[in-house]
This record gives sequence, C-alpha cells and structure tokens, in this order.
Amino acid sequence: MIYNEEAETLPREALKALQLKRLQQVVHRVYHTVGFYRRAFDQAGVDPDDIKSLDDLQKLPFTTREDLRNNYPFGLFAVPMSNVVRLHASSGTTGKATVVGYTRRDIENWSELVARCFTAAGVTKNDIIHNAYGYGLFTGGLGAHYGAEKLGASVIPMSGGSTKRQITILQDFGPTAICCTPSYALTIADAGTELGVDMRSLKLRVGVFGAEPWSEKMRLQIEDSLNIIALNIYGLSEVMGPGVAMECIEGRDGMHIFEDHFIVETIDPDTGEVLPPGEPGELVFTTITKEAFPLVRYRTRDISRISTDFCRCGRTFVKMDRVSGRSDDMLIIRGVNVFPSQIESVLMGIEGVEPHYQLVVDRVDTLDTLEIQVEVSETLFSDEVKELQNLEKRIKKDIKDYLGITAQVKLVEPKTIQRSEGKAKRVIDKRNI
Amino acid sequence: MKVKQISIFLENKPGALEKVTGVLSAAAINIRALALADTSDFGILRLIVNDVPTARKVLQENGFTVKCTDVVAVEVPDRPGGLHGILSVLSREGINVEYMYAFIERSGENAIIIFRFNPTDTAIDVLLKHGFTVLPGEQVYSL
Repeated sequence: MIYNEEAETLPREALKALQLKRLQQVVHRVYHTVGFYRRAFDQAGVDPDDIKSLDDLQKLPFTTREDLRNNYPFGLFAVPMSNVVRLHASSGTTGKATVVGYTRRDIENWSELVARCFTAAGVTKNDIIHNAYGYGLFTGGLGAHYGAEKLGASVIPMSGGSTKRQITILQDFGPTAICCTPSYALTIADAGTELGVDMRSLKLRVGVFGAEPWSEKMRLQIEDSLNIIALNIYGLSEVMGPGVAMECIEGRDGMHIFEDHFIVETIDPDTGEVLPPGEPGELVFTTITKEAFPLVRYRTRDISRISTDFCRCGRTFVKMDRVSGRSDDMLIIRGVNVFPSQIESVLMGIEGVEPHYQLVVDRVDTLDTLEIQVEVSETLFSDEVKELQNLEKRIKKDIKDYLGITAQVKLVEPKTIQRSEGKAKRVIDKRNI
Repeated sequence: MKVKQISIFLENKPGALEKVTGVLSAAAINIRALALADTSDFGILRLIVNDVPTARKVLQENGFTVKCTDVVAVEVPDRPGGLHGILSVLSREGINVEYMYAFIERSGENAIIIFRFNPTDTAIDVLLKHGFTVLPGEQVYSL
C-alpha cells in the first residue's frame, strides 16, 4: 500500500527535476541564512548559482557530525527560533549532543513520511499501533507517534521500559502493529513468554523496527516469537528522525528512501569520492524540504548500499540495504548512540583514572550490555575494598548521568589492556548481529 | 610504631596470585603475613614482608599496582577474650577497624594481629594508654 501515490511513484525523470528544483532552493537558502554554510561554500569556491544539475551537488562540501557539534546548539538553524516549534537532540554529553529543530511544516512533512512508512508496512487507520520507542529528546517516540496520528491509526504512546506493563497493554488493548527497537521487541517477547503469555497469539500483525543495527537472523527471531511480519525503518535525528527510508511489505528487500525529501549519495568514507549505485559505502544525505535544520551533504557514517532495482510495490524511489556498519567508532547500545570518546571524557573527569580503558559490548539474551574496563593506577588504588567499590560506583553513575546508559565497570590490572600502535583498540564488540 | 603493609591489586582470575608469589620468590622476599580481600571481579592482596622497599620495587617493575599503607601490629594475649579486650577498648574510643588479620609468628607468649585502623595514630595512642604492646615495624619484619 502507498500513502502518497503521486509522490511515491513519481517517474524518475520528474523526481529528478523536483529534486533539482528543491536542491537549488535549499542551497540558496542555507547560503543566505546560515553562516556556516556561507563560509563552507565560499571556501570551496562554489556559488549557489553553480548548482545547475543534480551532479553539481558534488561540488558542495560535506557536513559532518563534528560541524554539528561545533555549532551546538542552534548554530545551523536556518530560521529564527520563533518559527521553530520542536527541538530534539541525539544522546551525548552536554555540548556533544546534536540538536535539531523543526518548523510546523517540518513536523507536517515528517509526520507524512512516517505515515508513509506505516502504510508501506500495510498499516491503516483501522490499526492500533503500540509505540514503544522512547518519548522525549530522542526522535523515535514522537516521530512514530505523529506519523501514526497522521495516518489516523490509534496510537498507544507506551514509550520504552516497564516491560510487564507493555505486555498487559498488548494483551488488553489488542494493538495490531508495534514499533520499537528490534532488541526491545525481543525483550518484550521473551518477558511475555516467561510470564506464561502466548506471545504468538496476540493480535499483533506487523512490526516496524529500527534505530539500531539488526540482522536478518534477528528479524526471523522476532517474526517467530511474536508471529508477525517485521520490517526495517531507517532514520537519524540529524536528517529528520525515523522515516528517512522504509522497507515495503511487498518487497521486504531494502528500504525505500523518500527521495522527494532527501537526496542520497554513497561515498568512499576514506576519499570522499562518490560511488555508483550498487557499491557499498557511506551514506550521505541532503535534505531538500526541511526548513529549520536543512543539511547539505551530511555524512551519516552509516555504511550501506543503494539499489536502483525495480520494486514490485510500485515506488520509484531507490532502496538502501540494512546498515551493515559504521565508518567511525560509534556504538549503538540499546538504541542510544555512544562514542568511545564520550566515555573517555567521562572517565577523564574522574581523578586518577588513566586513559587506558576498553569497552566490551555484548548482547545477553536480547539486550545490549556495556562493560567498561578501567586499569587501576596507583593513584586510584586503595588497600580498602570499599574504596575501590566506590570508584566503580562513581564511574557507573557518571556514565549513567552523562550518557544515559547503564554500564558495568570492571577494574583491571595495569597493562592488561592491549596497547596498540596508533589508534587504540577501544571497543570489543561481541554482539553477533 | 607503625608497620608498612604492601597492598596489591589483583583481578579475580586464575594465576593472578601465582604471579605475585613468583616475583617475590625471585627477589628472595619472605612473606611474614598475608590477607586476601576478594570481590566478584577483583581482589586486594595485603602483605607484610621482610624487605618492604625491595618488594615494592620488584612488584612495580613487574607491572603490579602497589600501595604502601600503615598498619599496626598489636600483641594479643593468647587466651580466650584476648582479642575482645583490645576491641572493647577501641570500640569505646570510637576507632574503626577497617580490617585485620593474624600474624603467623608469635611474640613470646602472645599472638600478633595486624590492624588497619581509622584513624591510625589515635588508635596507637589508645592502645598504648591501655597498656597494650604495639610492635614497631623493624621488629615485625624480622620476626
């Protein structure tokens, strides 16, 4: 099923013409309203009028996460704050988070895109949607919520957590669709089964899962344990939130990127060279309709592959494969983005902690776990057990307070963490996904 | 009147202790008393040795995290209620015992117990005031 038949099945030529028109508008607009873009374009020697074809996009410089951080919190907004009706932020320590703003029209567009996603999953206004994405600064909860309302479905604003309550609502309200992170779907399924609930005979029919990397194996696991069809949704808060791309129930093979709102490129993460469709590389997005927070050639660091193959659902949009990895060291732990550098800055804030640490990420049952191994220096060491346990608690608390994630802290002997030449190997990811 | 104790950080894993004894053995250090505090993932080994500076040096050279702490060696009458008498006095004076362990050697008719007090100096004063014998470091290392 297709929500916006006209836009989603636009012939490629007409779509490209629309993209170019919108791209030209956005390039002019950011050049004249955002100092960062003016400087960047001037430095690259590009004038907004130089963008005469879609290929000319390649003349423009990339925008990176670092640029977003450097302009924290509102430096890249292209409208006055009086036109901004909503703010969201990605996880991170203060000053390192990335903040995004939306005008009323941005919210309307975003809602429509999420409504398109639900429709692609076969969800209609007759469905009840159980929304277990976290509500708050994270774009997942409210993004899915507005899309579900736009569609006219009945949305249950569950947010994350309180798993037992989730199961009661699933039984009593009888939602027919669910959206949350894939790992949380498995947690709900397992918890329900443990409580003696037959999770396969709920009214659930379909699930829309995203916000963290997952695999085909997990898809089968979710489909089997909840007796539903599990579909993949893609989005990132910088670009908009969930609803940048969505898998269709007909194809179930890659996510359609809503190209009437975003232009996608694939690049070689090392050289920045644009790659032809079909070659795996880093995804780069340019938003062509966003008002408050437009992004030009934003490097997502997500590694994927673009396919231009015909899809039997009728959409003319290209498809992206599920994200296979990251071109930087970002970790996604239970849906929360974490950079080792953020953990490092928390550790360095504790007196006596040496810059020798290692992060071990694993998945126990269905939940991601993070263990932080810290070498015990003579400054930190005490002959009293309680002092060392206090240190562990302190690190744990700081990580929770600053990054919002629960970590186990393990004190280890000095020199036991492998020193590597050049870039230290900070992360051991044992998750087999 | 204080005794230097060496504390060593150990992970709770096979071979951790053996590495310490290996290093000390190679440096001909004699262990006079020891206690091991353990948690689920780490442990603290506390040692009284005959040669503190050398032990500390060789352990550090071998990559261990080592700390020297002042502890107090007290002669305890080797009879029922002997230890209780000491603890009663300390308790009355509001002195906290962080941990304690027994010494292998005896001092004449008395047993020796190593105490980690908080605060250490006050504890020594109190013990001396009540007539207990506190052994100086030099005497303990060579027992």
